[in-house]
Amino acid sequence: MTEPEATSVDGVVEAADDEKVVHRSLWGDVWRQFRRHKGAMAGLIVLLFVSIASFVGPLLLPYDAVEADIKMRNQGPSWKHPLGTDNLGRDMVARSMVGGRISLLVAITAMGLAVSLGTTVGILAGFYRRLDGLLMRLTDMFLALPVLPLLMVIFMLFRDSLRAAFGPEQGIFMLIVLIIGVTSWMQTARVVRGEVLTIKQQEFVAAAHSIGTRKRNVIFRHILPNCMSPVMVAAALGMAVAIITESALSFLGLGFPSDFPTWGRLLYDGKDFISITPMRVVGPGTLISLTVLSVNFIGDGLRDALDPKLRSR
Amino acid sequence: MLWFIGRRLTIAVPTLIAISFVIFAILDLAPGDPTSSLPLSIPPDVREQIREALGFNDPFLTRWVLWMKQVFINEPISLFETMFNVQVGSGERTRVISWQSRAPVVETIAERLPQTTWVMGLAFIFGILIAVPVGVISAYRQYSVFDQVGTFFSMVGYSVPTFFTGLLAIVIFSVHLGWFPSYYDTTLEVTDWDSLVAQIKQLVMPVGVLSMFNAAALSRFTRSSMLDNLSEDYVRTARSKGLKEKRVLVRHVLRNSLIPVVTLIAMQVPGIFAGALITEQIFRINGIGHLLISAIHMGDVPMVQTLSFMVAALTVFFNLVADVVYGILDPRIRYD
Repeated sequence: MTEPEATSVDGVVEAADDEKVVHRSLWGDVWRQFRRHKGAMAGLIVLLFVSIASFVGPLLLPYDAVEADIKMRNQGPSWKHPLGTDNLGRDMVARSMVGGRISLLVAITAMGLAVSLGTTVGILAGFYRRLDGLLMRLTDMFLALPVLPLLMVIFMLFRDSLRAAFGPEQGIFMLIVLIIGVTSWMQTARVVRGEVLTIKQQEFVAAAHSIGTRKRNVIFRHILPNCMSPVMVAAALGMAVAIITESALSFLGLGFPSDFPTWGRLLYDGKDFISITPMRVVGPGTLISLTVLSVNFIGDGLRDALDPKLRSR
Repeated sequence: MLWFIGRRLTIAVPTLIAISFVIFAILDLAPGDPTSSLPLSIPPDVREQIREALGFNDPFLTRWVLWMKQVFINEPISLFETMFNVQVGSGERTRVISWQSRAPVVETIAERLPQTTWVMGLAFIFGILIAVPVGVISAYRQYSVFDQVGTFFSMVGYSVPTFFTGLLAIVIFSVHLGWFPSYYDTTLEVTDWDSLVAQIKQLVMPVGVLSMFNAAALSRFTRSSMLDNLSEDYVRTARSKGLKEKRVLVRHVLRNSLIPVVTLIAMQVPGIFAGALITEQIFRINGIGHLLISAIHMGDVPMVQTLSFMVAALTVFFNLVADVVYGILDPRIRYD
């Protein structure tokens, strides 16, 4: 029963007397199950590596991601520049790292926005019968909207005013996060609503009501914690969607400006130089794919780990 | 059954009207102006008269209702006229005109539609043809090497965006190997053997890339649907009756597992156009997606409105189709 790794990792395993009774917390259990999923663990390691490289890497590299060095332009891969340089002589490793920062930040904030919106709508729809019909029709309508075209139109409309108000970088960042978040909350809302509808029927909720717990406390103390597992899976998948949507927007030329690159933007800029320096496409493209793949694997692992039927084995 | 369809329709129509309102409202905020592309020599007061005559100064709701009338009534009649070469009524009705080309929007769309349908439709069909057998075999031989490899590849196929695989395919097959052209030539007409070969050659890369992507998600879905059914009691019954394994699999399990798969396929049809946005940009196909992106860049509001609404209408329609198909295939759903 005693696993040395478990004690060191989650720190909730306690030993009592000689019998060594192991107390396992819920999240400790989830973690144990999660670690068995090889793909998910590999995904976690890759994601951690990519994030650390993106956030810390640029501080260690001798190259600047924005400063042009025209003599070094369009270089192929070499020891000095493993991913080559672009048409202004900027090192592609440095640019990919800086790009990774923005891509990951956009993905995390947009996912956070989508998941909190979806959870709120889902809980309101599931808990209050009066709101259910209205909110679910709204969700259906958002699902039928042609998301990508509308995103592009909204982007064109508000780009300039937001740029003027918050500066070119923050303005676009907010806009992209907002449009990805507002258009991808629907799945979470549906799943959470379903979950709330089943939890609402259970005895402990009736017990909470019967002792006079306020509705707000029933939601936050009893219902919300019990629908955390679908929310977490939705969060992982939402992050993958956010990365892809952001890169797709940038790829269509409707994302961040070139001096404030993301992976999608690097790919977009690189595609015209594809026959001279193919590494400019392969590098950022691989990074996008690898990150999305690891996030998807993490989502898969989370789903398995959070499923009580699988966990009890 | 009719009752069931009717009930679904009563939900679909208000949804469609609400969507048309949202699309119209968002695009109405657009800074574009139909008089901005007219010659600069027109004085401002004449410009204002033109705007007045075009109904640009009417209240928002009036314009929305008039736009709906154009989209729902005038355009279908005009389309009918050109298709069957007849005249309905006086033939005089206002149409949705593109600010860019000054031609009716629907005619431009009709010119661009064949390319998109060819490439995207083929990719969709090939995707299904790959996904269903892979999903079935993966589920039947769960945890076998085939299953492990298939699951891994579908995970990869579904995580790697098409704009990367497409560019990779161009680097490898057109830049280095020179097997296929890197762009799609719409003017090519298939008249003899050589032009047929050329047509197939230019279809291979876009269709290949896109069908792999479509197949990835669908094969995972087919697999999980098959797995759900394989553990059902009726499968054991069928086997214990002494039916051949092939018959159990094809007649019993596959038929039941395909119910959700068919529904998913129906729901994904409108997604073809969303996929077209990116694929057509990579392989330079001048179809619907290309048209939409250029219209957005040029601020051509009527074109964007019509195209977005078309996709939304298709989404609502195919959701309805999916519901009805589910109702036909699985009678339990109807009485829900």
